[in-house]
Amino acid sequence: MHELSIAMGIVEAATDEAQRRGVRVSAVHLRLGALSGVVKDALLFSYEVACQDTPLAGSTLIVEDVPVIVFCALCQEQRLLTSVQSFCCPECRTPTMDIRQGKELEVFALEVEE
Amino acid sequence: MSEPRLVEVRRNVLKQNDVIARSLREQFRAAGVFVVSLVSSPGSGKTMLLEKILTLSQPRYRVAALVGDLATENDAARLARSKAPVKQITTGTVCHLEAAMVQNALQGWDLNQLDFLFIENVGNLVCPSSYDLGENLRLVLMSVTEGEDKPLKYPTIFNSADVAVITKNELAEVVEFDWPAARKSIESVRPGMQIFRLSAKTGEGMNEYLDFLAQQLSEHRATMHAESKA
Repeated sequence: MHELSIAMGIVEAATDEAQRRGVRVSAVHLRLGALSGVVKDALLFSYEVACQDTPLAGSTLIVEDVPVIVFCALCQEQRLLTSVQSFCCPECRTPTMDIRQGKELEVFALEVEE
Repeated sequence: MSEPRLVEVRRNVLKQNDVIARSLREQFRAAGVFVVSLVSSPGSGKTMLLEKILTLSQPRYRVAALVGDLATENDAARLARSKAPVKQITTGTVCHLEAAMVQNALQGWDLNQLDFLFIENVGNLVCPSSYDLGENLRLVLMSVTEGEDKPLKYPTIFNSADVAVITKNELAEVVEFDWPAARKSIESVRPGMQIFRLSAKTGEGMNEYLDFLAQQLSEHRATMHAESKA
């Protein structure tokens, strides 16, 4: 369970951005890749704890799940992976490790009030 | 009060770790040391394998190890029997190693005096996958007693690793380890992954594995040499 330290990282990044802009944050939008190694529910739970006694207390964490996209060398196409248990092209079944998306752990946007 | 508005910020949450990992990688490169990390669930045999690697690769290679655990210095004491320089990183309640912990542990070490540095992560198949430690090669270990579908249960860590090592092969027969099924699981989450099967206890498969590490080191140095000339 490393989600608490990840949540603290999110709070830190958002606080820093908010202070630079002189705004108050009401929600944090996070892009979370299926290969990020982070469990969404544990993260949502930890976020509340991580926000306590910070300028982000009371803010909401909105998580956007980012699926894995791989490149299939045979089809020459980017494909949406149907399962992280099976790294192959969903169309032609060719194995692939050319990962183009899915490792994201990114504070994408902030909902702010002046 | 005005309506809330959305501002795009795009900040990588693990940026701090990634920045330190990058600087570690640069430091390792400059010193010409090849860095291998080991991840697995608790009890898969990381320390046993590492003890054998450290013992068998000396004096031909100059080796050292960092070992992460929540508590105790037991693993460092075990590894120190190999006479190689070893340092324990106790993480307290933290379930994984981070680049900053590696950086701190290496203070005072002369990396130029090393060929290989091994970093044994905390026994955990989930959390270590998110943290780059600046290593050149990440090994994921799985013992024959763990169940052949382990890679399917923990796809992210297998996916983030470069090479898989099946350990405790001396027990394979007793536990009716299904090698084709295990290979299929690994291949499914990490196509093309190189897999070693060995027993640190009996020595079976250790030579092939040590040859592989030696080859990795020489390839790494050849690339560095070519880059420095270019």
